Amino acid sequence: MSQLSTADKKRLLRSMLYARRFEERCYEAYVERKIGGFLHLYPGQEACAHGVLAAAKAGHDYVITGYRDHVHAILCGAPPREVMAELYGKETGSSKGRGGSMHIFDVRYRFMGGYALVGGPFPLAVGIAKGIKMKGGDEISICFLGDAANNQGSFHESLNMAKIWQLPVLFVCENNLYGIGTRIDRSTAVLDQYKRVCGYDMPAKQVDGQDIEVVYQAAQEAVNYVRSGKGPYFLELKTYRYRGHSMSDSNAYRAKEEEQEWARRDPVLILRDRMIKAGDMTQDDYSALDKEIIDEIENGVIKFAEESPEPRVEELEKYVLAENDPYVRGGAK
Amino acid sequence: MADLMYWEAIRRAHDEEMARDPLVICMGEDIGVAGGTYKATQGLYDKYGPERVIDTPISENGYTGVGIGASFVGVRPIIEIMSVNFAWLAMDQIANSAAKVRYMSGGQLTAPVVIRTPGGTAHQLGAQHSARMEKVFMGIAGLRVVTPSNPKQAYGLIKSGVRCNDPVFINEHELMYNMKGEVPDGEYFHPLEGSEVARHGKDVTLFGYNISVHWCLQAADVLSKQHGIDAEVVDLYALSPLDRAGIAESVSKTHRAVIVEEAEPMVGVGAEVMAIINEECFFELDAAPVRVSAATVPIPFNRTLEKATIPNANDVVKAVLKMFGK
Repeated sequence: MSQLSTADKKRLLRSMLYARRFEERCYEAYVERKIGGFLHLYPGQEACAHGVLAAAKAGHDYVITGYRDHVHAILCGAPPREVMAELYGKETGSSKGRGGSMHIFDVRYRFMGGYALVGGPFPLAVGIAKGIKMKGGDEISICFLGDAANNQGSFHESLNMAKIWQLPVLFVCENNLYGIGTRIDRSTAVLDQYKRVCGYDMPAKQVDGQDIEVVYQAAQEAVNYVRSGKGPYFLELKTYRYRGHSMSDSNAYRAKEEEQEWARRDPVLILRDRMIKAGDMTQDDYSALDKEIIDEIENGVIKFAEESPEPRVEELEKYVLAENDPYVRGGAK
Repeated sequence: MADLMYWEAIRRAHDEEMARDPLVICMGEDIGVAGGTYKATQGLYDKYGPERVIDTPISENGYTGVGIGASFVGVRPIIEIMSVNFAWLAMDQIANSAAKVRYMSGGQLTAPVVIRTPGGTAHQLGAQHSARMEKVFMGIAGLRVVTPSNPKQAYGLIKSGVRCNDPVFINEHELMYNMKGEVPDGEYFHPLEGSEVARHGKDVTLFGYNISVHWCLQAADVLSKQHGIDAEVVDLYALSPLDRAGIAESVSKTHRAVIVEEAEPMVGVGAEVMAIINEECFFELDAAPVRVSAATVPIPFNRTLEKATIPNANDVVKAVLKMFGK
């Protein structure tokens, strides 16, 4: 199991801070009404996706997730400006403005989509793993979902099938303690999610999801296990979201003390402070990096989204069904 | 042309497509070792093995989603749902994943799955095993819905469905698996859109699909022999998209329409065909179109009540005679 090098940490700190600023900028654009619909933001959970995808082969392994999907897409390789353009509903967006925040797709980088039915991606991830196994590739299928998705039947159905067919799928549970606005202890009989996996006879582990080095270590073990053909693996990351479930959420259901406690465990700051302490960077370096990122998002991402064209109404019905599929008419002879 | 039973035609389509392409698989409850409830996959487990003929747990939503996910990366799954009633459980994956993924990904991802399942009311299977759900699937954008009325269609619709890049829902029928009919000896791909004139006539069009085509044909025979009415029978094997042009063409010729459906009338095929007639050829009509539909009840167990729920050829004859004032 390798440790993160200083260069790795610098790259990951930059990427986590970028994710944080990207999401905060989405928030502003939403408040300005430039982004419509639902918007589910990722601040607080950055170490989860970053740690796992640093251990996996982003862009090579298949990744699927729920509606809190912007950062996962970007980490697979989706250009941030295309993700932002999608939030703006533009033709240049990842899904050509047809998907929106909850349905970012970038199949070029094997980001197989964000889905908005809680628990919906579980069986899709297992199916992708089935396809990988049939085709004999070395990819793995990684399914990121929250704790509340485990209360859907699809969780149990999917883990069972992943195990009986020994498929290369890694289930990553980002346990942020809330299912929409309901705290886990009011909705779920067993609070530690990894314990619920004992019925499916696969390795399951729980680690701190705020410390990227801890996530990275655990994810390496999980990824190696799945990639070696031993079957599915379940990794639970204990984390917290700093904003409400979505933008329409007043967040009134959480205690201020609880929020403050988790704010002290900010994944970006944990890594930053550790690097400063180790002499790998200074506070000034960090401030300069932050400013660089904010400028980059403003000039390279927001500008692109704002200046991009709307989809054409003439193409409203494009993408419903395949175009000119010969078998619709009984085959090409 | 060989005479095959409906189930044999389905089995042959599976076998040919699986022999051709190693990424074609089939999956469902009891389809492998047990050979399939309606024998549609008989012998395929021994021929292609457990990786490609997959006995699934009784997890309809889960395994339907697994098939859909596999289709994202190049696999061509034929998913059997043992009874259409169980498709309610798989509705999330069918409607929210398979049907929408092409659109919501801006055309990047498609779900080329075939989902085949018997619908219809058989013999005293009770309310939860007798559903007719085609109307439900017809209402979902992004899904093709077809329903074979004979072995040739049953064979050719699977062949086209497997190769088409859209999700295709094939509504079979519990009572039709042992029906015999001619199937071409060579490969045959049935269109996934359109309709077929099953009997040419000039006085009235009887629209049917799946099992109701046979009620229409029987009724047309009686109408011709006993009442001198020459009925045309149009087989709507494609329910979504519906063949607007074919519907209008026949009605413009006969000027009268009776739509025969095994399901309840509310929000059904009959209602939809009537709307199309209104929109496409209203001024061609000599009489108001009529529906022959099932009673709006959960299917009763009692045989007499069950028979009273579902229409038959005699009901079609009566509806036509009434239309002609006889």
